[in-house]
Formats: sequence, structure tokens, C-alpha cells
Amino acid sequence: MADASTTDAFVEFERVQKSYDGETLVVKDLNLTMPKGEFLTMLGPSGSGKTTCLMMLAGFETATHGDIRLGGTSINNIPPHKRGIGMVFQNYALFPHMTIAENLSFPLEVRGMGKSEREQKVKRALDMVEMGTFGGRRPAQLSGGQQQRVALARALVFEPELVLMDEPLGALDKQLREKMQFEITHLAHQLGITTVYVTHDQTEALTMSDRVAVFNDGRIQQLAPPDQLYEEPANSFVAQFIGENNTLEGVVKEIGQGRALVQLDGGEVIDCMPVNVTEAGQRTRVSIRPERVEYNKERLQEGAHTLKAEVLEFIYMGDIFRTRLRVAGNDEFIIKTRNAPDQVRLKPGQQIEIGWLPEDCRALDA
Amino acid sequence: MSDTTQSGPVLSADGTPLKRSLARALRMQKVRALMLIAPLLIFILLTFILPIADMLFRSVENRIVSDTLSETVVTLRDWDSVNGEAPEEAVYESLYYDLFVAAEAKEHTKLGTRLNYEQTGISSLFRSSGRKLDDIGEDHVKAMEKAGGGALKDEALWFEIITGGASGAGNTALLEAQRTKMAQLTGEDFSADIGFVPGAEFSDLFPRTAMAYTDFALFTAVLDEDVVAEEDPWETVFVAFAQEVQVPGGAEKLAAYTGPGAAELTAAAEALADLEPVSFKASFLDLDEDWGDVGNWRTIQTYSPTYTSGYFLNSIDMQKGVDGAEARPENQQIYITLFKRTMFMSLVITGSCIVLGYPVAWILANLPTRSANLLMILVLLPFWTSLLVRTSAWKVMLQQQGVINDVLVWLGLVADDARLVMINNQFGTIVAMTHILLPFMILPMYSVMQTINPTYLRAAKSLGATNWTAFWRVYFPQSVPGIGAGSILVFILSIGYYITPEIVGGTKGVFISNRIAYHISSSLNWGLAAALGTILLAVVLLLYWAYDKIVGIDNVKLG
Amino acid sequence: MKLRNLTALAATTALCAPMAFAADMADEMTIVSWGGAYSNSQIKAYSEPYAEKTGVTIINDESSAEAVAKLRAMNEAGNVTWDVVDVVAADAMRLCDEGLAMEIDPDEHLAAAPDGTSAEDDFGDLLVSDCFIPQIVYSTTFGYRTDLVGDTPPSKICDVFDLEAYPGKRALEKRPINNMEWALLCDGVAKDDVYDVLETEEGQEQALAKLDTIKDSVIWWSAGADTPQLLADGEVVMGSTYNGRLFSVIEEQDQPVAMLWDAQVFDLDGWIIPAGLSDERKARALDYIYFATDTQRLADQAKYISYGPARASSAPLVGKHAELGIDMAPHMPTDPNNAQNTFLYNYEFWADYRDDIDAKFQAWLAK
Repeated sequence: MADASTTDAFVEFERVQKSYDGETLVVKDLNLTMPKGEFLTMLGPSGSGKTTCLMMLAGFETATHGDIRLGGTSINNIPPHKRGIGMVFQNYALFPHMTIAENLSFPLEVRGMGKSEREQKVKRALDMVEMGTFGGRRPAQLSGGQQQRVALARALVFEPELVLMDEPLGALDKQLREKMQFEITHLAHQLGITTVYVTHDQTEALTMSDRVAVFNDGRIQQLAPPDQLYEEPANSFVAQFIGENNTLEGVVKEIGQGRALVQLDGGEVIDCMPVNVTEAGQRTRVSIRPERVEYNKERLQEGAHTLKAEVLEFIYMGDIFRTRLRVAGNDEFIIKTRNAPDQVRLKPGQQIEIGWLPEDCRALDA
Repeated sequence: MSDTTQSGPVLSADGTPLKRSLARALRMQKVRALMLIAPLLIFILLTFILPIADMLFRSVENRIVSDTLSETVVTLRDWDSVNGEAPEEAVYESLYYDLFVAAEAKEHTKLGTRLNYEQTGISSLFRSSGRKLDDIGEDHVKAMEKAGGGALKDEALWFEIITGGASGAGNTALLEAQRTKMAQLTGEDFSADIGFVPGAEFSDLFPRTAMAYTDFALFTAVLDEDVVAEEDPWETVFVAFAQEVQVPGGAEKLAAYTGPGAAELTAAAEALADLEPVSFKASFLDLDEDWGDVGNWRTIQTYSPTYTSGYFLNSIDMQKGVDGAEARPENQQIYITLFKRTMFMSLVITGSCIVLGYPVAWILANLPTRSANLLMILVLLPFWTSLLVRTSAWKVMLQQQGVINDVLVWLGLVADDARLVMINNQFGTIVAMTHILLPFMILPMYSVMQTINPTYLRAAKSLGATNWTAFWRVYFPQSVPGIGAGSILVFILSIGYYITPEIVGGTKGVFISNRIAYHISSSLNWGLAAALGTILLAVVLLLYWAYDKIVGIDNVKLG
Repeated sequence: MKLRNLTALAATTALCAPMAFAADMADEMTIVSWGGAYSNSQIKAYSEPYAEKTGVTIINDESSAEAVAKLRAMNEAGNVTWDVVDVVAADAMRLCDEGLAMEIDPDEHLAAAPDGTSAEDDFGDLLVSDCFIPQIVYSTTFGYRTDLVGDTPPSKICDVFDLEAYPGKRALEKRPINNMEWALLCDGVAKDDVYDVLETEEGQEQALAKLDTIKDSVIWWSAGADTPQLLADGEVVMGSTYNGRLFSVIEEQDQPVAMLWDAQVFDLDGWIIPAGLSDERKARALDYIYFATDTQRLADQAKYISYGPARASSAPLVGKHAELGIDMAPHMPTDPNNAQNTFLYNYEFWADYRDDIDAKFQAWLAK
């Protein structure tokens, strides 16, 4: 997993910049190192530069500045077809005029492989994605999920060491998507391929990846394993972007020893863990995950700061309850509680007090 | 499932069989759909299907001979065309009566024109003979008119003689037969009551005379809208009577005749006694010796049937000979050459359109919308100028004293006295037509290429294909439907083109359509033009069929 | 037939009598002609004065080139929209043969000459068809570039076939008519024998063989404007076309071109009235024809274009060009100086042999 960082860097971006028009940078100073065998996801909103990065890696875009290395050698001047990188496209890009078998055979053919060997490999690849009987069909005769598998098989059939996937599951329905997420990760790990996966779906990123690079505004905001990303977002963008998140704004009052006292704009004072704040007087945005908020006083730590809250809405969601509160002037404060036998169901209009562990409340940049 | 097998046909809620109610519901839908497209359907029927059907029909239709010379073609049927002898007297006799009526109706020159396509000289033969037909039996007519103090000059008497007076029985069968004949000859409606019925007694004794007078009566009453009894009968009536009374047994018949004007007719017969019986053959040969020409008669006989394959044979450089179809003399063979040339040049033009159009379409499809629109306007620009202007512009460009030659000479690439010949030949036609038809190639290609996602190329490259392989194996096959559609369009358009080849084609660059245009507008040989057009249509359909077999018509996309 | 003719004549006399009553005539008419300078001359000389006199609305159509085919199509459709059509004599004959043109009796339908000569005598031999009212005499002749023919310009028709003396391209019409005759004339056939020779297979071969000698140097034209353009551009050294076109190139456009008056082919152009017009329209068409073909009008047309009036009585009245002010008489194909060696087009012959010889000619061209 992530601790495989001991192996040599396989994919490297070094100070890579990219501009299309010579005026604005789409990718700003990108540095990234990936070990062999890692499953790395580039996550970010559209226009954040993640796809551009992928395309530069694939060779369809050239970096305006900087160096991209694959296995230690710079590939800046190597044309895409010589990079030996497998790629799965958003719309699969299966050649409509060829059968499935011909599609898979194509990369082998251009590599000058003999016929029998080709057939063998194609069969193996199709079997791998459980599409062994579909070789004679045309892409248009397959369902979206089946096309997805074929696209995957095609990207893998010539045994590349690096596979790039550009939002490959975007067009599938939820259930199929979840199934494919699992299958792709499984295959990638089983075959030990290095994978760069681009998506804007954070669930996908969290469930599939060894590490996730969160992109925004042409930069990597945070590069971390999923759990760290979720639990320890490095800045307010990541906190907002990954998972559900409550934010409150205020000013740092005191700071020290891994604790910060933040005075919210409404005057209330809360305990936080300083992340992007260093001194008193700085404005900050504190972030608390809905499931870490506690309203049962008995469970709160002794002496913890609490805030008054009014219940606005209660939503029953089966496994969890989702309650919307008004806290310190914020009407969108959400708490999530597990549907346990002893759980209290709050009612709209009810006045409660809420609190949390100081380490769950992260004081981030404003 | 088991329900239906138990209870027979499935019933709908109101008890009618489900199939029937479904059919009814669908029928309503169909009728509504049909009504929506009815205007278009009618439009297509009137402007497209009917003209084509008419063209197909014209290419075999040949009624004019049997309609104009209705009796002659029957008499001529038994004539042996091989023995080299001109036909018998009977044929000339029929010809006389047929031709006389035809000349009155001014149909004989039309027939002459028609037969002149097959046999040179018939046109003037018919025209001049029609004018001089009065010469035949002239003496007989004069003698009869003089006889009995000019009694037979009285048109009312003739009317009475032929009708047999008020009490005589009428021969309606004869009248109806002549009505049909006249209607066929002139294309007019002769069914109106003309106040005349030939008498049964007279027409039994002198059928030819009665027939001739009936023709006259119909013509006078229907076409001239005159009163039959007040008009002088045609010379044919006199000639026919003279002929019938002078044959052996004719005098006896006249003696047996008791109807009106018996005395006057007898007087006329006596006046004829000094004259030889009318010889139609000799008279016609007198009019024009070409009436003795076997070739002319053979042509009339060959083209007697209502339908003919003559036009089609002509279209493939053949003709109807004595023993059926035979090749035309070599110095008249042209259509096969032209068909081949049309096909070949259309293919070359289609090919050059593909070669020139493909990159343009590709650029169009891959440019950003703004620049693509600009380029599209440039592509379509030729459409906005008249065809003649564009073609003439090519003339200015390509001629020996033209722009291109001037530039080449100025650059010193070509000597002034050896300027390139680029027009009035195949090259000129190909250049000008490629230019004119190029948009028809580019547009379908463009619309197909637009739908080809550029990621296919990326995918191919990511799979290890070089630029060329990616293009050739992945992009090109997907653009084939556009090429197919464009090619069909350009090919079909170019085999039908004639203005451009006419202007810049010289002698070697003209198409079959130029000959079709010539036969439509100059020689008026519409039958031949129709046959050539039909062959062209058949060739197009054949090629379309072949394309469907080889490439598959599903693989044609116009957008 | 003769008897009938008499009655028909009586009928037409009766029909012609009310010609003076405008009330019985259509007040709109369509006149079809060739367009360009030729139509202009007709509009100036005939239509404008006629419209002024009668108040009739005249629609000008320029479809004469396809007149025969179009008339036939209109006739088949039963809707003839033309009232008076300008055609060449050969087309008039075909239209007459096809029953598409109305027969005209010159003495009844056309004005007599001022001196009382009947129309029939005034037009004389030019009445080549029963349906045809001659209007102008034109010639098909050769023009040449004065700057491209050296010191001795061509003076005889056979210089066209002399590639040694006059190298360069020639423009000939893309049809056998005229070319075959010239070829035979220059291959030693006497003028009077030309059509007798051309009637035979050998004669046709002979003509084509003669044409073969210059075939590679010929640019074949099909539109009347082609040769003037080719001459003006210097594409050809010499070329055949109508004398009026050459007049315009030489006198009006001032190009270095001169005209050859030798064995030029005399031909006629004139009016026909389509068959099957309604009585009002027919009366109007006849009235127009009567007006437009009288002695003075025919002479007037020569002010605008260098074609000779078809009436003998018009010749002395030919004046000066309306714009250039030059005397038009010397430019008429009928001028005695020009008509020293003319060639008479044989309509009957071509009516018969046109299809046959055209097939051979086209086959020869395509070889």
C-alpha cells in the first residue's frame, strides 16, 4: 500500500507546468512521485488540471515546462505510441468497426506479434474480464458495463506496466459502477500494475486508491492515502471536497501544544486542532465531520466546549439519521448518527447542546 | 401462455379479437402518417416517378407508324423484305389512303421525321409526297367531275349517295372503325355525333369509297367543325370510286346499285372508260422513285409494331437488320464509346474528389467551430455562383492563352510556343467537374468525420499505433461511410452532367449526357434519348446494387 | 385537297379581316428569340414601336436555342405559352413537319412591299417552309486574327484547311452542317455538286477525311459566343461564326480581327407562330408578324445588327448603325461585294441527312 514508497520512483512529475494559451497555467508546478504497483487517483473538480496531467503522462499533451519521467527516463519527447502505457478512456473508445477480439488484437498487431500468440493473449485477456464468449461481437452490441470490461482488457492485453484510466466508470449506473470499482482495483493489484486513475467522484477515489491526489486550480492540494485524506484534510478545500463537512468561521484566540482556541464569529469559543493556523489573531475556518459531532452530553469529554443548537430537520436514512441544525448562525450544520437501539431521535424545534473531541475539529485556512 | 391456448384467440376488453383491434389501431396510425406525407408523396410522384415512367415508356413506344399508316402496316406485314422486290400494288393502295388522311391531319411529316432516324431520306419522301398526293388519280378525278355536267361536284349529292338517303340502313360498324382509326391517327376525340352514317347498301358495294368518305366526314365534322354535307369530299373519294368501279366486276356492282345518285355515278363511270384503272404503285413511283426503294419499305415494315427495341439497339450501337439485331456500321458507332468514357471519367472525377476532398473534410472536422465555419463557407462558395460562370472561369484559367499558361510561361517552365493544352479535352472536363462536384464530396465526409470521436485516434496511439497506423486502421475505416456517400453522390451527379463537358470537354471530354441533351433538344429523337437515359439509369442502379453488395448500403451516411 | 384549300383560304381571309379590331386580340404576348444583341435589335426595331402602337405588353423570352424541343414539350403538355418564336429556317421546317408551327400564307398574313409587290414575291426563295416567315439573312463565315496570320491574310475558304500557310488553332462548330460542305469544296468538289456528293457514303467519308487533316488543330464550338471569345483571346487563328458576331468583334469591340467573305453559308432566321394558339392570341401573333416583317421594319433592324433584311424591297432602305454611325450596307451578307461567292444551305438535304451524318460526324469526333 502506501508504505511501498521504499521502492524506486516509477512515475515522476517534476515541476511540470502546462499552459494552452500562453497566458494562464492549467497545471502549476506539479510534483508527484509514484512507486511501482501503486494505484493512484487524481481527484478534483472539472478544470482542476487532473485530466491534463493524465494526458501529459499519456503523451497526448506536452508539458510546457518540467520533466515527466517513467521508470527513470524522461518521456517528454517520446511519442505516445512508444510509451507503452495502457489507457482506458472515458467513453471506452472501442473501435466500432472492429469486433471485440480485433479490438484486443490491435495493440498486439501493431507490435508485430504473431497470429497464434495474439489469439492466445486476446483470449486470456477476455477471460480475465469474464468476456470470453464475446470476441466475435461488435462494441455496439455490448452493454455499457461489458464495453467497460473490454476497454479494460484492451488496455491490459499488451501487458503495460502503467495503466491510465480517465473517468472510466462515468457512464455506468451506480450499482454497476460499484461492482466495477471493485473489479478494477482487484485486477490492478492482482496484476501488480501501476495505475493512475482520474475521477471527480470522491467515493470512487476513496474506495479504490492507495493514494489520492486532490487537484484544484492546477495544483495538488493534498496527496495522501484515503483515510488520512478524509480524517486529516490538509486545507479547507480538501475538507470541503472530500466527504461531508461542517464549517464554522472564526478567529484564533489562543494557540499552543496542538490545541487552538477559536472564537467563532458569533462569539462562542471552541477547541480545535490547529492545522493551517500558526498564531493567534488569524482567521480560520474550522471543519468538523458530521459523524464526529456528539449531542449526548454523557459522551462528551469533561470540560469540553459546547455549542447551543436548534434542530431544524430530521431525516431518516435507514442505517443513519441525518439531522440539520442551526449552530452559531449556520443553518446547514449536519450531524449524522448511527441507527442504534439506544439512539435518540431528535425532533425539529428541539434545543440541544453539541460538542466534539478537539482533535476532530480542525482549524484550517480561511 | 396456457390461457391463450385454452381460449383460442386473445380478446381485447370489448370482446373483439386482440389482433383485429391492434390492426385497427395501427391502421389509424398508418392513415394519419400517410396523410402527413401525402403532399410529398404526390409531389414525388408527379415530378419524379411519372417522368421516369414516361421516359421508360418512350424508349420502347412506337405507335406512330401503326397509327399513321394503319392499313399499310397490315398489308405490308406479308411482304417479303429479303427478296429485294418492292411491295405489291395493294400496299401502295393502302399507303395512298393512309397517307392522304395523314397529310390532311399533318401527321405524315411527323412519321417521316420518326422514320428518318432509321432510314435517311424518308423525311423528305413523306414531306414531298404529302404535298403531291393530289397527283395520284388526277385524271380520274377530273373526268368524274366533268361527267354528267359536273353533277359530282355537288357536295350535297355525295352526302346523299354515301348515306344512302334518309331511308337507307346505316353501316355503323364502318363508322365506328373509322372513328377509332382517326382517333389513333390524330390523338383527338372522335366520339361526337357528326350527323353522318355511311349507308349500308353503298358501303357494301363500294367499301373503299365509303371508307374514304367516312374519313373525310369525320375529319370535316370533328376537326374542321364544318357541316359534312356542305363540304367538297376529298380526292380519295373520287379515286376510290374510280378504283372500285374499274376493277373487274365493278361495273356490275354499279348496275346493281339503286340508291341516290345512281345515274350520276353511272355517268362518272362511263367518263372513266377511256382511262386506265388507277395504278397506285406506278403513281407513287412517279411521285418519287424512292417509293420503289426496298430499304424504305423494310424500315416501315421493321418499325410497324407498336413497341420497338430499335431505340435500345441504337443506344448500344446496333440496329434492326433484316435478320434481327446487328452491329451498326463502324463509322456510326459512338454510344458504347461514350458510355464507357462517361463511366471512366466519372470514376476519375469521383477519385479526384476523394483525394482532394478528404483532407479538407478532415481539417473542417477538426478545426474549432469558428474557423471551421469560415472554411465551410469557402467550400460552399462555388454553390453561390452560377454553373456557367464557374465553368467559363475555368476556361479563362486553363486555355492556352489563359492564366495558368501565362504564369507558366512567365516562370519559364513552359515555352511560349509550347503552351499546355489543358482545356477542350478530358483533362479540362475532369478539372472543372472535380471543382464543381467537390462540395458534394466534402459535405458528407465532413458530417461523418464530425461524428468520429478524436479519442479513437488517441486510443489507437496509446495502444501503440503510429500516427499512420492509427489513421489507416482506426480513423479511415470509420470515415468510409462518408466517402461512400460522397462517392455515390458525385458519381451519380457526374454521369448525368452535360453543361460542363459541353463547354470545356472538346471532343474527347464529352459524356453520354451530351448526346442525350442533343437528342432531346436538337434532333428531337426523344425515343433514343429515353433509351440512352434508361440505360444510364440502369447502370446507376446496377452500380448502386454492386455497392450495396460490396460495401453495404448501411455503410453510407450523409450525416 | 385543292378544293379544301380554296375553302380554307376563304376561311383565313375571313379570319384576317378583323385583324384591325384590337378588341379580338390578346393584350399580352410572349416573343421568343435568341437574346443578346440580336434580341435587342428586334426589340428596338419591332417590339418597341409595336407596343407603342398597340399598347400590348410584350414578354421577351430567350429560349430560341431550345425552341423546337420546348415547343414540342409544351404541345405535348397542351399548354403553349409562346406567341411568336424566332428560329432558324431549319428549325422552322422541323416545327412545321412536327405540326408544331402554324402554316402561314404570305400574301394573306404579310404586308406587301411599298411598291405593291406581293409578300410572296418580295420574300421570294426565302420562303423555305410553309410555316416560316423569313426575317434576316445571315452568313456563317470565318473571322481571323489579323496579327496572327502573317503578311498574306487568308482570302479563300480553303485557307482554313491550309495548316502550313496558317498554322494555329481553328474554331469550327461542333456539328456536321457547313463543315462538311466546306471540306468538300476544299477537296475539289464543285459548288453545285456538293450536296450530290454528300448524299453518298463515299462523299461523307471524303468530307470527314478532309476535316481529318485539320482535326488536331480544331477547337469545336457549340455556342455562338465561343468563336468571338476565342478570337479575342487569341486562342484561335481563325474560326467560323455568324457574321453579326464578327461585326461586333471587329467594329464594336475593335479587336484585331477581320472577316473572310468566301463560301460563307447563307442561312435564314425568321418567325414562326406555334400551332394551337387560341383565336385571340393567334390574331395578336399574326398582327405582330404583319407589323414586324414589313419592308421598313426589316430595314430598321439592320441599324442595330449586321444581318440582311429578308425582303428584297428592304435592301435599299438599310441605313447607318444606330450608335457607330457607319454605313451598314457594306456589312450585310446580302451586299453584292460580300455575296460574290456564297454557298446556299440546302434545307431539304439536311432535313433528311442530319441524323445520319450527325451520327457519323460525332463518331468521327470521338475517335
